[in-house]
Amino acid sequence: MLIGQQQRLQDDIHGLVERFGRQRSSLIPVLQEIQKTETTISDFAMQVVADELGIHPAEVYGVTSFYAFLRQESRGRFVFRLCQTISCDLSGKARVARQLENDLGIAFGETSADGRFSLEWASCLGMCDQGPALLVNDRVYTRVTPEQVHAIIDECKSTFGAHARQVAHS
Amino acid sequence: MSPVNSKKTPFTFDSVEPESGLRVALGMSRADIIGEVSACSLRGRGGAGFPTGTKWNLAAAAKVKAGGQKYVVCNADEGEPGTFKDRVILADHANMVFEGMTIAARAIGATVGILYLRSEYVYLRPQLEQVLETRRQNHLLGGDIGGIAGFTFDIHIHMGAGAYVCGEETALIESLEGHRGEPRNRPPFPVDTGFNGQPTVVNNVETFAWVVCILSRTAQWFKSIGTAKSTGYKLFSVSGDCREPGVYEFPLGITVSDLLEKVGGQGAKAVQIGGASGHCLPASEFGRRISFEDVSTGGSIIVFGHDRDMLAVARNFMEFFVEESCGQCTPCRAGNTKLLQGVEMLQRGECSMTYLQELLGLCETMQLASKCGLGQSSPNAFVSIVKHFKDEIMGRTLVH
Repeated sequence: MLIGQQQRLQDDIHGLVERFGRQRSSLIPVLQEIQKTETTISDFAMQVVADELGIHPAEVYGVTSFYAFLRQESRGRFVFRLCQTISCDLSGKARVARQLENDLGIAFGETSADGRFSLEWASCLGMCDQGPALLVNDRVYTRVTPEQVHAIIDECKSTFGAHARQVAHS
Repeated sequence: MSPVNSKKTPFTFDSVEPESGLRVALGMSRADIIGEVSACSLRGRGGAGFPTGTKWNLAAAAKVKAGGQKYVVCNADEGEPGTFKDRVILADHANMVFEGMTIAARAIGATVGILYLRSEYVYLRPQLEQVLETRRQNHLLGGDIGGIAGFTFDIHIHMGAGAYVCGEETALIESLEGHRGEPRNRPPFPVDTGFNGQPTVVNNVETFAWVVCILSRTAQWFKSIGTAKSTGYKLFSVSGDCREPGVYEFPLGITVSDLLEKVGGQGAKAVQIGGASGHCLPASEFGRRISFEDVSTGGSIIVFGHDRDMLAVARNFMEFFVEESCGQCTPCRAGNTKLLQGVEMLQRGECSMTYLQELLGLCETMQLASKCGLGQSSPNAFVSIVKHFKDEIMGRTLVH
């Protein structure tokens, strides 16, 4: 990481800690905000957060590795989370999963080489009456069919990168 | 609004006048508010069914430790497979939930409220913040609420980060404090030593909304619905093999077969009551009543049609628990992995009856020795599927 980038990240984290308060209960909100802008929670970021909150970095690592929505590995700009739990399973998530792998060109647990897309499983998304359910960043898609997958990916492409029609929300 | 309308019956919440419950509460003493909630025998709608009045009474009696305050926490970490009623309540009746939290704050003397919202529902946050802001403008949150000098209470939203176990109240509090969501030993209970070590009431989203209805319409009204030990209406999240999946309001005590008829699930092979941590009932037991005294649920009803493979169902549940066990205690961490391996052996047709009996023994150990409700209830589905569908799961020759 370049020194300039490190400095900026340090400043950002300092600002987040100021905003949420210099206490342990701010840890998860701070990590969530870092992940939104950085798409990853790096070792460096965890060390800075630990210093800012006055706790051991192992504590920050322990929390980061515990929660499914916090990750230290780099993730794509768009994180696709397909619900794998029972009701979505009954309503045909397996075929949607296959088509997501085909159209994104990656397997579950992977991020595309261009850093745009990650594909993951999610536990129950609470859309059990409308499965299969897919969460893309903050946006939820329900009753997804294999043939709709391509259009959903296109929708993401059109909101990020050179052809963006609007700013991506992450 | 929820993305697609999940509401299949009218809710009582639709017809209760906004702020009518709070208005009644503000005219009562704290003891009388708790008395009313106790009198109607309301039990927690999240699944565990603890009497709400008792919980509030304990929190009201608990002493604040130096320099602190009491808290009211709304558990919106709805993660039980097959449950989505809280999503619908938060989308359509958020005002009523916040009104219920304000009543709880008045009853126990709390000044800070927290809505712990699961990260999977982050898209609801902007509208929830808007509802909170409107309440502040209308002096229903903040200082001197309802014109009562010194009644100060405000609510903020805290996002979860993707962990089913945080639906357990002590794990939720650990998460609020910025720790891994690992359940605590109880006692001490949150009503005495909760968030930041202070007295804390943690209730489910639906419970707070019912409190408003009860104060608005009286405990007597609520008690007249349901059964003696399971009073009132309950929201049910229905999914799986039925014509009309969605959220329904029924009185507690309804039989499984009556419920199936209303949701278009006649001819089902089995019904899972209470989500992954609940019980799987075969058709021969559809006469049982959904209530705390018979078969209880936090609202999740999953219908399995006649052609479903129950072993595949068991496998999905066990995969869920292997993923969601916090790993803190051995019976849950190792037990769920062993059960999943057992299901896989059954699927390959490689499980002896002796080994299956050993697995059932392991289930008993998990139910007795796990630290929290997750591990204690995770073997339920496996045990009930083995019990009721033994002829279907033994001696398999096809690999699924």
